[in-house]
Amino acid sequence: MNHDYQYTPKNGFSKWLDKRLPLMRFADENLLSFPTPKNLNYFYTFGFILTMCLVTQIITGIVLAMHYVPNTLLAFDSIEHIMRDVNYGWLIRYTHSNGASMFFLAVFIHMFRGLYYGSYKEPREIIWILGVVIFLLMIITGFMGYVLPWGQMSFWGATVITNLVATIPIIGEPVLTLLLGGYSVDNPTLNRFFSLHYLLPFVIFGVVILHIWALHVTGNNNPTGIEVKDSKDTISFHPYYTVKDLFAYIVFLLMFCYFIFYNPNILGHPDNYIEADPMLTPAHIVPEWYLLPFYAILRAVPDKLMGVLLMFGSIVVLFFLPWLDTMKVKSARYRPLYKIFFLLFVVSCLLLGYLGAKAPEGIYLFLSRVSTIYYFAFFLVIMPVLSRIEKPLPMPIGISNPAIDSSVYDSGNGVASGAPSYAMDSVNRH
Amino acid sequence: MNIFKKIFKNNFSFFLVLFIFSGSLNAAEGTTFKNQKPGFSFEGPFGKFDKESLKRGYQVYSEVCSACHGMKQLSFRNLSQPGGPEFSVEKVKAIASGYSIFDGTNEYGEPIERSMALTDRFPKPYGSKDEAKAANNGAYPPDLSLIVKARVDGYNYLYSLLNGYEEEIPEDLDIGDLSYNPWFPGGAIAMYQPLYDESVEYEDGTIATIDQMSYDVTNFLAWAAEPTMEERKKLGFTVMGFLFIFLILMYLSVNKLFKDVH
Repeated sequence: MNHDYQYTPKNGFSKWLDKRLPLMRFADENLLSFPTPKNLNYFYTFGFILTMCLVTQIITGIVLAMHYVPNTLLAFDSIEHIMRDVNYGWLIRYTHSNGASMFFLAVFIHMFRGLYYGSYKEPREIIWILGVVIFLLMIITGFMGYVLPWGQMSFWGATVITNLVATIPIIGEPVLTLLLGGYSVDNPTLNRFFSLHYLLPFVIFGVVILHIWALHVTGNNNPTGIEVKDSKDTISFHPYYTVKDLFAYIVFLLMFCYFIFYNPNILGHPDNYIEADPMLTPAHIVPEWYLLPFYAILRAVPDKLMGVLLMFGSIVVLFFLPWLDTMKVKSARYRPLYKIFFLLFVVSCLLLGYLGAKAPEGIYLFLSRVSTIYYFAFFLVIMPVLSRIEKPLPMPIGISNPAIDSSVYDSGNGVASGAPSYAMDSVNRH
Repeated sequence: MNIFKKIFKNNFSFFLVLFIFSGSLNAAEGTTFKNQKPGFSFEGPFGKFDKESLKRGYQVYSEVCSACHGMKQLSFRNLSQPGGPEFSVEKVKAIASGYSIFDGTNEYGEPIERSMALTDRFPKPYGSKDEAKAANNGAYPPDLSLIVKARVDGYNYLYSLLNGYEEEIPEDLDIGDLSYNPWFPGGAIAMYQPLYDESVEYEDGTIATIDQMSYDVTNFLAWAAEPTMEERKKLGFTVMGFLFIFLILMYLSVNKLFKDVH
């Protein structure tokens, strides 16, 4: 990283401030001059896009909470009040409801990117783990938010998902009662879900700060997976990545706007425009699209408890990624086998998403099982095995030096010669 | 550096995910038949409601549907709002005053009956859900405020349903006291055929065929489910136009900035 650069206060006020609260220094070091690899592609803009998603959700959510009534008798009508009578209420609500989908779309791409370029590997394990924590919090927040409009899918989705807790032996039932505030989904459930739905985004915000903090300690990974060696490999965050991120964000916003303004209900379920009726079960209970892969895993297993465990396991396994994939070469660019298995993994996730919306029977059930097995095998079998047997492709010496690093090429195995040795190598060569 | 080409190359999977999800989501539950698509003026990014059709549609609702179906999210004032049927305020006042409501009590505690005003909600056809069920073969006639958004392929489905009652019942189908409508899931529907030729006499002289009335009332219900649709599409055009210009400027900026980064 660039250690030559130092922040120097320019005028009297900033000098005065710098001695008391080095706010400008902090902003300069972390936002403006922060050294960033110069070869980041557009997949690396999703961190910024996700930050904007969170901010959008919080702002629209706060305004919605001014008009929404968390009461089973009034909730549904209060949403319609927002849609019809509140000034630009429709805009705020459609932004919030589609914003959740956009948030998840962006987070999936962000996570697949991390998986592809090995961004969870040493020294970035904590960044990845914090990211999984954020993802888990997002799922909980999104699920609770979907309950608030108190439509048919809200009610029945909440009933199905909360009942999963009851499958846990001994403590299941009492925990469920605590969660629901009674014996079934009702007014107390709606009240606590609303309260938690308001709280959790701020918790997410806190973890996001830790996530970025950890990122700024190690610096960014990059598409080559080769660590930054000197200032030739980096450019300052501003203006390069502020502008590039903003450009990507506008492309993202245009797509977001298409949904808000021209197809605002396509990502939701029509049944949620029917007020919740505890006496009438919908033909198919499906969660929001972003939870469908997990729903497919749940239903792929014949045993209910095992299904629940596997569903949670599918996220828990992500925490252990840095220790399941021990291959020192980070980027899939230089891992021909991993690249293939990774693409299959993406396919299995998309397939699980598709199957989550289908009834679990016949070919759909069979495919769900195959995809579920592959999902877990990818992490628990393929990753550890590939770490041992895969021969990485010849790698360049550094981000700015395309010459092949012959030491790696000769040894042929990324495990034997770790990343630090590349660094040594390139220094010697200079 | 050709950024657009690069974006597409890099983010191909991103668009793929988008495409897959936007297409397949609501295709899950279909009706018995493929819905008829008569083509509505409000479809498409620049679509607007046909005001004359909305006016006729309101007439069909108030003279036929409202006997059993409420529209609790709608107030009379909505009928004169921009983006809707846009009846004149005088006309809406006259319509509202034709209905009465018990509102509050006098000094003896007796309920006061008054005629409805612009600010009142549409009148309810039944006092309670049980009363509604008792009067309708045990089936509750759903509130129509959001019916277009609450059904898959909402307006095409409604149009097909209203226009699709058939006298001849397939031999293998036992519908009991119900009516046969192939567009209703399962085919047996509790609602009797509501529309017949000349069920209403249109104020503007349009001939009231079943097809015409189905079309008009579907238009009206589509507006009722989403009265801010015209405003939404109009604002969307402005916002996206602005973003597009912004996008071009940012494209040029990125290009210029990264020209010397190798």
